[in-house]
Amino acid sequence: MAKPIGLEVSLAVAEAVKLCDTDVVAAYPITPQTHIVEHLSELVANGELDAAYIPVESEQSAMSSCIGSSAAGARTFTATSSQGLALMNEMLFIAPPLRLPIVMAIANRALSAPINIWNDHSDIMSIRDVGWLALFAETGQEALDMTILGFKIAEDHRVSLPITINLDGFTLSHFIEPVLLPTKEEVAKFLPPFKPLVKLDIANPISMGLLGGPESYTEARKVTDDILVASKPVVIEAFNDFAKVFGREYKVIESYRTEGADTILVMMGSIAETAMTAIDELWDAGKKVGVVRIRLWRPFPVEEFKEAIKGAKNLAVIDRAISMGVPDAPVALEVKSLLYNEKVRPFISNYVVGLGGRDVTRDDFKYISGRAEEFSTSPQTQYELVGVLE
Amino acid sequence: MKAYETPYEKVTAKTFPKGPDALASGHRACQGCGEVLALRLLLKALGTDIICVSATGCMEVCTAPFPQSSWRMPWIHVAFENAAAVASGVESASHVLRRKGRGTDKRVPVLAIAGDGGTADIGIQALSGALERYHEDFIYICLDNEAYMNTGIQRSSETPFGASTTTSPYGSKSIGQTTWKKDMPAIAAAHGIPYVATANPAFHLDLMNKIRRAAAIKGPAYLHVYAPCPTGWRLKPELAVEIGKLATNTRIFPLYEVIDGCYVMNRKVDEPKPVEDYFKLQGRFRHLKQENFDYIRERVNAEYDRLITLTQTFPVPAAS
Repeated sequence: MAKPIGLEVSLAVAEAVKLCDTDVVAAYPITPQTHIVEHLSELVANGELDAAYIPVESEQSAMSSCIGSSAAGARTFTATSSQGLALMNEMLFIAPPLRLPIVMAIANRALSAPINIWNDHSDIMSIRDVGWLALFAETGQEALDMTILGFKIAEDHRVSLPITINLDGFTLSHFIEPVLLPTKEEVAKFLPPFKPLVKLDIANPISMGLLGGPESYTEARKVTDDILVASKPVVIEAFNDFAKVFGREYKVIESYRTEGADTILVMMGSIAETAMTAIDELWDAGKKVGVVRIRLWRPFPVEEFKEAIKGAKNLAVIDRAISMGVPDAPVALEVKSLLYNEKVRPFISNYVVGLGGRDVTRDDFKYISGRAEEFSTSPQTQYELVGVLE
Repeated sequence: MKAYETPYEKVTAKTFPKGPDALASGHRACQGCGEVLALRLLLKALGTDIICVSATGCMEVCTAPFPQSSWRMPWIHVAFENAAAVASGVESASHVLRRKGRGTDKRVPVLAIAGDGGTADIGIQALSGALERYHEDFIYICLDNEAYMNTGIQRSSETPFGASTTTSPYGSKSIGQTTWKKDMPAIAAAHGIPYVATANPAFHLDLMNKIRRAAAIKGPAYLHVYAPCPTGWRLKPELAVEIGKLATNTRIFPLYEVIDGCYVMNRKVDEPKPVEDYFKLQGRFRHLKQENFDYIRERVNAEYDRLITLTQTFPVPAAS
């Protein structure tokens, strides 16, 4: 049995990319993603990874180069954050309909203004609708495992779509955590060599990225959405295969002490670690509070989510971004919409925490679970910004 | 090997490539389009063992309406400003796959093809990055029709002085375009790449040989190609080749190469035709007056002389 080693989570992600024998990395430096690509360029420079590292001049070109590289049949990786993801935005819409299985790590970070390099989910929430799969890591081990899983899922011909691996900037990306590093042989057993679904090949020339007029655009978009939605069972299958090879089990929705819970806190990413500690203390104090963590954000695992929150009287949806101009933040908007037609549904309240790197503490989760109960008698009209200085 | 010593198979009237065009007919370019003529000749010179990356623009829209495509080689279009970056990815992937034994054994030139807006304006950053990174099998082709024709004749930084466009219209307070063309070949050459050339479909063998040379040379190449647009220039469609000849013979669009930093004038124009002959055929310049022609002639000649000086100062070394 391998022993865990202490590794900075960014480096663990880069090591996963190496273990997957990635062919091309095209990336541009942006905090807090830099350690991932710095380590990758080091691995390429010292021959540990036989890949082309394209040091592009912007994130727009990073994603463009990734699209070109993936289309040419290379296993392709990039990483970014915040402003960088925003600069890629146009290209992010284009990769899914072209069926290109690019894997992108996002060290989640706030967006300007004011400029802020610390963690929240404003970046990923701005690309909810573009057609990429999205996984969220809670720990360093998950960040590493999700990266390997990212290639497995994205490159499956039933999917052949790009995927983001989200890890909280600094609060996860820069932490040194105990990580089990799989061997190259184990990864090779799990992840077959990349066989592209479509490819630019002089022996079999195809045209990619054609003009779709009103007579074909609708269908092209529908097909992309259908494939994304249909990728959920492939994700679950990959998680199951992963457990067989590596012994670590993952679910698209994770639950913690939800059995018999009156209130369930819904969240994504690394804050769930703190939340679970807070929850333990609440149970000790006689409060029945559970945690539901969304690991697979896209496609949204509707059935698994509904199952996970079954029986709860109150849902407290904890967001880390604001959807400006509407009463709910992004995750709450989606949760409410998917529960609206249910005959029995919980009272739902929404909290925004940890913007721009503000600490999220155990007390915050205790406060939120108390508020969630209060809102069952007098419904909330707008998300509550926890810890805002008035 | 020095770029100027790199051998390549020359196209002559006798060795003109036969067989079907690499860019199939049936595309939807306008009547008399000089841009698609240039593109067809460039691709004919290379054949189909290449990969093409198109920027959004006329040449993309008119050749690839789903479910049809004119491109007989692998082709991809992603967006407007990023042809150079997409091609960088394709080129790097091809190299690494060949190295890892998963690609074709031969060198496959990767062509990034964009218009003047996609090159000199919105795409200049991606282009500069790609040239600086020195991709070995990378050829960038700017098809310069001197405005955003696909969106309806808006001015670009390649629109010539005095041209009336839909966003630089001639009016009582304006001559139309008030600025001179951005010198893209000079900007490309400043990256220290081995091959930069201007070309013009009215001189088709010269054009075809330049892309052959670009493909043979190891290292990035930049071709700036004159692309007459009858629709946008208010020019009779049957005059697209004629206007091209005039462009070079008036010294307005000189044909030259910069090989390893050495300058070659491919067509010396010792006795230039009057610039008026060029302008008077095009509706976009119909408002220009004699004083404008005088100003233009003076500047055109000065730029031509500067190029001649460069060919004398930095000539290609004689074969040893």
